Amino acid sequence: MKLDSMYQDVILDHYRNPHGKGLRDGDAEVHHVNPTCGDEITLRVRLGGADGQTIEDVSYASQGCSISQASASVLNDLVVGHTVAEALATGDVFLELMQSRGHELDRSDEELEEILDDGIAFAGVAKYPARVKCALLSWMALKDAASQAVQKEQERKSA
Amino acid sequence: MTSSTGVLPGLLDTDAIRKDFPILDREVNGRKLAFLDSAASSQRPRQVIDAMSQYYERHHANVHRGVHTLAEEATALYEGARDKIAAFINAPREEVIFTKNVSESINLVANLLGTADEPYRVGPDDEIVITEMEHHSNIVPWQLLAQRTGATLKWFRLDDEGHLDLSDIESVITDKAKIVAFSVASNVLGTRPPLEQIIRRAHDVGALTLLDAAQLAPHAPLDVQALGADFVGFTGHKMLGPTGIGILWGRQELLQDLPPFLGGGEMIETVTMEQSTFAPVPYKYEAGTPPIAEAIGLGAAVDYLQSIGMERIAEHEHALTAYALERLKEVEDLRLIGPTTAEERGAVLSFTLGDIHPHDVGQVLDEQGVAVRVGHHCARPVCLRYGIPATTRASFYLYSTPAEVDALVDGLQTVRRFFA
Repeated sequence: MKLDSMYQDVILDHYRNPHGKGLRDGDAEVHHVNPTCGDEITLRVRLGGADGQTIEDVSYASQGCSISQASASVLNDLVVGHTVAEALATGDVFLELMQSRGHELDRSDEELEEILDDGIAFAGVAKYPARVKCALLSWMALKDAASQAVQKEQERKSA
Repeated sequence: MTSSTGVLPGLLDTDAIRKDFPILDREVNGRKLAFLDSAASSQRPRQVIDAMSQYYERHHANVHRGVHTLAEEATALYEGARDKIAAFINAPREEVIFTKNVSESINLVANLLGTADEPYRVGPDDEIVITEMEHHSNIVPWQLLAQRTGATLKWFRLDDEGHLDLSDIESVITDKAKIVAFSVASNVLGTRPPLEQIIRRAHDVGALTLLDAAQLAPHAPLDVQALGADFVGFTGHKMLGPTGIGILWGRQELLQDLPPFLGGGEMIETVTMEQSTFAPVPYKYEAGTPPIAEAIGLGAAVDYLQSIGMERIAEHEHALTAYALERLKEVEDLRLIGPTTAEERGAVLSFTLGDIHPHDVGQVLDEQGVAVRVGHHCARPVCLRYGIPATTRASFYLYSTPAEVDALVDGLQTVRRFFA
């Protein structure tokens, strides 16, 4: 079945056993929806570290298809413990992959795997335009929540 | 596919009908297409496609302008389409307004009621009544009207079985109601509510009624005069016609009393730099060059439907729905949303499948050539009512077959195995 290229085992594993799921304390919370299908995610980011720029936790409550659920789980793996800047850079590469429509990217497969780890399993999803938004839902929420958390951190410092 | 006629009583000769629909011959992902998404948009027979290409190849010119031969032919074809549609819904031709789709039909009425004179004008002390069953097209225009005028929006609720709860009809439709707008067939649940009771109550308190017939006009006889409503809207692309064409029917004396909506060519009588007077209905509501080919295409669609017979189509879909309801019972963890018997419902079946998301269901079905709709079907309040994020929806039409129902059931079994 061609679908196997979209529903990789890696994706189904993340879907069945999502990493980091559940809402915990955070510095900012956002709620994003995919209006075409009703997928929803509430996502919180907690910052920490010496400069307050490290993502200590991403917690989330979500409902949606296997692609959106697995994507949130992979996101959790990829960004927790990294700085906001690193996380957003990873998000940009994931976005690049999702917008590739199945075409070759300028990056080598090794480089992609290095950056995205399990996230490269989503390459097959890029061939299904209707599902790309599912894969990006949690990443868009992260971008929004992280920028809010950073802003709060700056306001706290300057206060 | 072997003919299923005779297997189920009431079925149409779909072998013959399907020959008229070139697209139904397609393969999708290497499998024979089972198109079970007609409630979103139906397919078109060759007769409709031909009528539109012949118009463009032989007769196109602007309508109601010019005296040359092509202009007259185009006008005759366009107005001929209006006659066909008028006959199809048993209305005088003056009461048939061409719009873009049912959303535009409803928006048109909602806008008129915001600017009309008394007694039609919707103001701050008035009430607008809809139902929880509506698709967004019959919710949002009324929300906008309420926001603009300060009127109160009220609605009938759905009960657990997918029927409208009319037990409090007298407190929902009060003498403050100016307009009662509701679907005569739900696009998610398939529910067909008791029209007469609602229309009678609305008229008792002096309210106008608008019926959204987008999911009825394609599937069953529609006699607007017998219904006794004030406005009826429907859309062409769900009834074998092209996209970009819809209908608003309204009672003539009412349409004459109400103000114009869009201004432009065609809708005027005389124009000076200071002011204008307006054309009689239906032209008062058709500003600018209309969708001519689309109207002609819809006329051809109506011809096609009538050559089969709306009663026969309703019977076919009823038989198929009863068969599908029975067969879907075999699928473990399948929860039907809406009425569970084929009575008082249309050929639209929405369901959930365990906790497998409808997107995943739809994707794996597509891989097997089965096309269904997934999501909230532009009727999110219905999903909220039943505590589900979305559903998978299969819908049938005159060309649908028991074999396609079988393909759906087989496909759902595959979905369950895939995500087990």
